[in-house]
Amino acid sequence: MKLRELAHARAGDKGNVSNIAVFAYEPGDYAFLLEHVTAARVKAHFADIVDGEVTRYELPGIGALNFVMQEALGGGVTRSLSLDAHGKSLSSSLLDLDVPDRQSERR
Amino acid sequence: MKTIRIGAGAGFAGDRIEPAVELAEHGRLDYLVFECLAERTIALAQEARLRDPEAGYDPLLADRFQAVLPAAHARGIKIISNMGAANPRGAAKAVARIARDLGLTGLTIAAVEGDDVTTLIDGLDLPLVERRGRVADLAGRIVSANAYMGIGGIVEALGEGADIVLTGRVSDPALFTAPLVFEFGWEPDDWDRLGKGTVIGHLLECGAQVTGGYFADPGYKDVANLARIGFPLAEVMADGSAVLTKVEGSGGAIDLRTCKEQLLYEVHDPAAYYQPDVVADFSGVGFTSVGPDRVAISGGKGHPRTETLKVTIGYRDSFIGEGQISYAGPGARARAELASRIVEERLKLTGVVIDELRLDLIGIDAVHRGAAVGSGPEPAEVRLRVAGRTGSLRDAVRIGNEVESLWLNGPAGGGGATKSAREVIAAASTLIPRELVETRIAYEVA
Repeated sequence: MKLRELAHARAGDKGNVSNIAVFAYEPGDYAFLLEHVTAARVKAHFADIVDGEVTRYELPGIGALNFVMQEALGGGVTRSLSLDAHGKSLSSSLLDLDVPDRQSERR
Repeated sequence: MKTIRIGAGAGFAGDRIEPAVELAEHGRLDYLVFECLAERTIALAQEARLRDPEAGYDPLLADRFQAVLPAAHARGIKIISNMGAANPRGAAKAVARIARDLGLTGLTIAAVEGDDVTTLIDGLDLPLVERRGRVADLAGRIVSANAYMGIGGIVEALGEGADIVLTGRVSDPALFTAPLVFEFGWEPDDWDRLGKGTVIGHLLECGAQVTGGYFADPGYKDVANLARIGFPLAEVMADGSAVLTKVEGSGGAIDLRTCKEQLLYEVHDPAAYYQPDVVADFSGVGFTSVGPDRVAISGGKGHPRTETLKVTIGYRDSFIGEGQISYAGPGARARAELASRIVEERLKLTGVVIDELRLDLIGIDAVHRGAAVGSGPEPAEVRLRVAGRTGSLRDAVRIGNEVESLWLNGPAGGGGATKSAREVIAAASTLIPRELVETRIAYEVA
């Protein structure tokens, strides 16, 4: 199944760094996200875009993971050749990530 | 117990104005804050001021003040904004004129300056942050350097009785924490309260992004009445606790999900969110629903501020040339791909010097690149976009020309060609000792 069924996300930009925060819809899914949405998987998903390291920060209190991706925005909003120079749409792309099926019904 | 009501009238330079008027008229506000300055905006403002010394403040400043000043004046709402951009004093003069034209009197307008450190930075060989190199590497190309100021100037201006405070580069949350510090008398080393204030400011600074804007995903995250989305306001108590809400009857939603998404927006390490006045710690922040469109914030704290201020340097980086053309109907993708190869080869043949070239097929692979290409049937239309970075305007122009000339020299059925070329003022960052930055305040009276 797709990450989209379990989580929502928002991307932000700062210089050439993009961050994508991923939030479990249900608190019980946080541990599942922790296990399956790793920095390595996020780096692999964005292999064509992100040149730098991906770091993951964990926020169990609000059921969130924050991925910070270095060298991710083609030089940053002021000089990027990308149509989406802020990289704002990257959050939706990350929700396309495949994760193992969860039994229970979600949303 | 004293409660201060602060509303967010804008989350970026081009933001909508009607929700700000709604807040001023129906929000029972004490303060209305307009956050209108970003990395890109400050560079554009500096360029505008280079062309015209009277310009350089927010292009929508007049529209915004004409719209909200009558209600704000009638209700005694103070206004704080970084719409001063590259010219706070020019902005203050403009607001004074607008007030007089509206027949409003008794207003003190403060212009907070000092963030412009362009002349200072040239002589300092400081390392750049978030990338390799030093400030000296940009010598001769620097057009602007603006330090992220803290709350100091705004608090001082409010203390002098200012009704409206216009700043240049100020950290976004500081626009909101400054009135809290002023109203509640928080100490400058009360790191936990400054941290809590930063949480509140951070949640408010992007306007509708916490009231259901930038959030809706039909079938997954539905938001009611988005067309009439309201902007947020916070009811803040002296201990730094707060409830986030919006004007009753406005569109959109404030709930746990919108608050969570906004909490981490543009944040890196949640335990160390660097601000000029405090290093805020968001790691323990929690949200509780306390009514319809009412969310209580808990758990923010802070650590001592650093001895440096971040400076955004705008510098002449390069030129970008761009051209686009559309192909539609059967074989659209194949024709667009052929066009793409033709342009790439012609740019090489004609010796255009290009540092970086990007060829996008819009509708297939322009936004997510290799990460999320659909597996569906061929698209009915494809737009080719060619964008390249060059060292001269002349070369940048030639990129668009090679795309436009596909009309007569490319595949069948190309249409709607457009082209452009521009200079890029890019941004780099460094850190300077905070004692080098001096706040200056000028006042206008209307």
